[in-house]
Amino acid sequence: MSTAKLVQGYEVVIGFETHAQLSTQSKIFSRAPTAFGAEPNTQACAVDLGLPGTLPVMNKGAVERAIQFGLAIGSHIAPRSIFARKNYFYPDLPKGYQISQFEIPVVQGGQVEFFLGDEKKTVRLVRAHLEEDAGKSLHEDFIGQSGIDLNRAGTPLLEIVTEPDMRSSEEAVAYAKELHKIVTWIGICDGNMQEGSFRCDANVSVRKPGGELGTRREIKNLNSFKFMQQAIDYEVRWQIDQIEDGHAIQQATVLFDPDTGETRSMRTKEDAADYRYFPDPDLPPLVIAPEWVERVRAEMTELPRVMAERFVRDYGLPEYDATTLTQSKAMAAYFEAAVALCKQPKLVSNWVMGEVSRRLNADEIGMDQVPVSAARLAALITRIHDSTISNNAAKEVFDALWNATGAQIADTGALSVVDDLIESKGLKQMNDSGELEKIIDEVLAANAKNVEEFKAGNTKALNGLVGPIMKASKGKANPAQVNELLKKKLGA
Amino acid sequence: MAHPELHNMSVAELALALRNKQVSAVETAQHFLQRIDAHKALGAFVDLNAEATLAQARAADAALAAGTAGPLAGVPIAHKDIFVTRDFATTAGSRMLKGYRSPFDATVVARMGAGVGHGVPSGPAAAAAGAGMVTLGKVNCDEFAMGSSNENSAIAPIGYDTPEPVRNPWNTSRVPGGSSGGSAAAVAACLAPAATGTDTGGSIRQPAAFCGITGIKPTYGRASRYGMIAYASSLDQAGPMARSAEDCALLLSAMCGPDPDRDSTSLDTPAEDFSASLNAQLKGLRIGIPKEFFGEGLSADVRAAVDAALTRYEALGAQLVPISLPRTELSIPVYYIIAPAEASSNLSRFDGVKFGHRAKDYTDLVDMYKKTRAQGFGDEVKRRIMIGAYVLSHGYYDAYYLQAQKIRRMIADDFQQAFQSCDLIAGPVAPTVAWKLGEKSDDPVANYLADIFTLPASLAGLPGMSLPVGFGEGGMPVGMQLIGNYLSEARLLNAAHQFQVAHPEFHTARPEGTA
Amino acid sequence: MSLTSADISRIANLARLELAPDESERMRGQINDFFAIVEQMRQVNTEGIVPLAHPVVALPDFALRLREDVASEANQREANQHSAPAVERGLFLVPKVIE
Repeated sequence: MSTAKLVQGYEVVIGFETHAQLSTQSKIFSRAPTAFGAEPNTQACAVDLGLPGTLPVMNKGAVERAIQFGLAIGSHIAPRSIFARKNYFYPDLPKGYQISQFEIPVVQGGQVEFFLGDEKKTVRLVRAHLEEDAGKSLHEDFIGQSGIDLNRAGTPLLEIVTEPDMRSSEEAVAYAKELHKIVTWIGICDGNMQEGSFRCDANVSVRKPGGELGTRREIKNLNSFKFMQQAIDYEVRWQIDQIEDGHAIQQATVLFDPDTGETRSMRTKEDAADYRYFPDPDLPPLVIAPEWVERVRAEMTELPRVMAERFVRDYGLPEYDATTLTQSKAMAAYFEAAVALCKQPKLVSNWVMGEVSRRLNADEIGMDQVPVSAARLAALITRIHDSTISNNAAKEVFDALWNATGAQIADTGALSVVDDLIESKGLKQMNDSGELEKIIDEVLAANAKNVEEFKAGNTKALNGLVGPIMKASKGKANPAQVNELLKKKLGA
Repeated sequence: MAHPELHNMSVAELALALRNKQVSAVETAQHFLQRIDAHKALGAFVDLNAEATLAQARAADAALAAGTAGPLAGVPIAHKDIFVTRDFATTAGSRMLKGYRSPFDATVVARMGAGVGHGVPSGPAAAAAGAGMVTLGKVNCDEFAMGSSNENSAIAPIGYDTPEPVRNPWNTSRVPGGSSGGSAAAVAACLAPAATGTDTGGSIRQPAAFCGITGIKPTYGRASRYGMIAYASSLDQAGPMARSAEDCALLLSAMCGPDPDRDSTSLDTPAEDFSASLNAQLKGLRIGIPKEFFGEGLSADVRAAVDAALTRYEALGAQLVPISLPRTELSIPVYYIIAPAEASSNLSRFDGVKFGHRAKDYTDLVDMYKKTRAQGFGDEVKRRIMIGAYVLSHGYYDAYYLQAQKIRRMIADDFQQAFQSCDLIAGPVAPTVAWKLGEKSDDPVANYLADIFTLPASLAGLPGMSLPVGFGEGGMPVGMQLIGNYLSEARLLNAAHQFQVAHPEFHTARPEGTA
Repeated sequence: MSLTSADISRIANLARLELAPDESERMRGQINDFFAIVEQMRQVNTEGIVPLAHPVVALPDFALRLREDVASEANQREANQHSAPAVERGLFLVPKVIE
């Protein structure tokens, strides 16, 4: 649980319901494909349309993904869960009921941990259950009528429900981002928010600290992290204003309008309150044997949380670095590949979180398209570490590597590629003391005044000498070495 | 051309004659189509498609010639209009589906016919070969299989312009029973050697009894429900209706088997040859007699016929064991809570959006729903939808639906208790013989009460069958019910067959004018 | 217990059935007749009894059968929409859906 950050003296209470479309080939209860964007109703088979006589048959891939999710967040996987029918009439709901899970969901409990700034947060999950998605109503182009496309009907969903543990819109967004990271990391959901693969509903209420939970309003279909924050902030202000004006909050479902930046109450479906849930007689209980759970556990990829802990333990990285580097699988893999070659974890971490990330953002590309291979970054860092080049010089080389097309750089070994660049750009540090001493002597002769001051005890005067020396060496002198030699010569 | 004897032949006899080329499938089909036309006054059939029927017959003849034919190749069959079919309209006896064409065949229809395929490439099951039977047409039933007199159909039968109840061939002023009334009437009148039926609370056993034929409802999950328009999903089960246990065994063997791709409730139990043990002796067979089936609710004529049959079983070496099924009476409220609850949800898909009837005039979406469903459904269906929606609604679920499911468990346990001391259970199918048309049509509850003896086995998912054992009031047939434990169909059919071999006078009797 | 006219109209709305006043009254009578025979059921002591939602679970080791995740259903839009009341450009048309 997190410490409350008050808004106008009110505590904000937020719970999330997230619908994650599972990345299966076929629908949850039929063998129709799930691909996005097909011609209307070309991917809605007889079962998806609920044609007379059709029956559901459960997709093993959807169950497997639910198990993966449960294991990823430390939930209990129900050995026996029940599918139930949620009954209501709506044109995008072909059977007049949605097959979902009600009393006994497949995933129970668990928690999601993440950082808000550098504060560690934990949000507890109530449950995650399997259900089928509905179709879509298109309101345009049909005078006075709506067109129904049922291609999406029957797409497997995992509905992930949290406790009302979040206390600010920032925390809510951070939770949503972490959850998004988890489902995409373990590969059960493509996470595409524009296409609706990851849809969040936020239950928002406010209360005086320590008071009873306030009446909540549910903001539906928050399909971007940006809108999520805006919508919650608006909703919180709206609720506080209502209460301050002496109005009670009515439980309601609201939609966020990105254009106005406001939330507006939906025309509530009649008797939405009475869904008449009952066990679906077409689907006997879903039984998950412990052996199956163990098999899935054994095949699971290392989770970001676990990987970050390993980075701290094995590479001695600060927790902040470890968390940042495990934001995406690709970034973590890039980091580890580079470290394996140059054995300089902290240097690699600095470069990946620094230059590499900066350039990726600037070019608006992802890790999958990074132009500088991990091997080349490792080679560059090797040269920094053996002080062949300075950090600043290295940035020049990095730019060259980033912008270089295959033609400009002979694709020989990474190290020779880097060395060739250092050579051709003349960025090699001057490590030959003889040459350096010659320069130092000239500079000392030309700056007798500083020498006097230094000898008189003004240590600052030394800087007045370093500058010109570096300048004379065209920046190739190794500053550490310069200081060392100076002190020696001045008998300090 | 004319084969006067064809329609009197059993499924077994026809299959043999066809295999020996004594008659062709086309000739057989033509003969039955003529006969159906001659007896259309019964109102048994609701859709025919001679072209499709003859095409199937030609295919059967080709397969017979090629030696690739299924076991029942060329034998005609009529399908209850609750099974969806591509070649015939499928209405479920409802105005809601008037003229509806399914894009696929029900699994049962496919298995009895050319083979499973559902009309589209659909996984392994597509390969499964069929029995090769030829579909004569679709037979009438109560709307969405809800009823026990077949008076709840909204479809005008072949030969009529307006909806007319199916008539009982033994007495056309009487009901054939329901909901598989068209199936029972067609078989009893020899308009078809066999028909499919479905049984949710007795819809195969009761019309079989009322029309003097033999029918069996197998263990729940034996036959695929895919393509069977759902009434109450946890109770619906398909089964064959014919004129002998021997025929039912042949038909059931073709009908049953897993449908892993299409029905999650179909059992993995492999298809079985139910004819194998037909000839086993009954010596030592323990027949349980539940005292609750012989209370004052049972009419004297039915009781007399059933008692006589039990005496005959003793003569065949069976031993009668008194047992108790203490919650028999409770099965009525329990069934009429559970079945409508499931039906209210199953029938929500009939909303005028994707298929079937849509009201002409409406103000908005909700109004379209309400008018469409008000116009599309008949009274009995509306009644059950209302009851079902009510018992599932907020605040009533525990008191009604959940309580009913708990008692359902007790009823299933009672049977297991009973089967400790007996091999199968015998009793009447219905308290009376077929009643007169219109007699109970204004009194739904009276209809419900008449289901008392068939409901317990349905609730437990047990196999049950009906065989003719005598005649009662008005010379109407009386049926006896045999109930077995799970997957004991072979035993039931064996017991029924032995009775029919020893006492052919009941199952071979024919109503007047159907010779 | 017995259902009131208000109950009937509430349920009719839940079930999306338009009932004429006389029809509604007739049905109220018939449904109440039915609930008269339900009363005996409510008296039964079912404490500790596990509901039997499905007969197959009464059979030994029955579990939900699962299907491999393979998309093999061909596009059958034409056939599937054959009996649709109103279709335009492949979409099912309905009176405007307001959200």
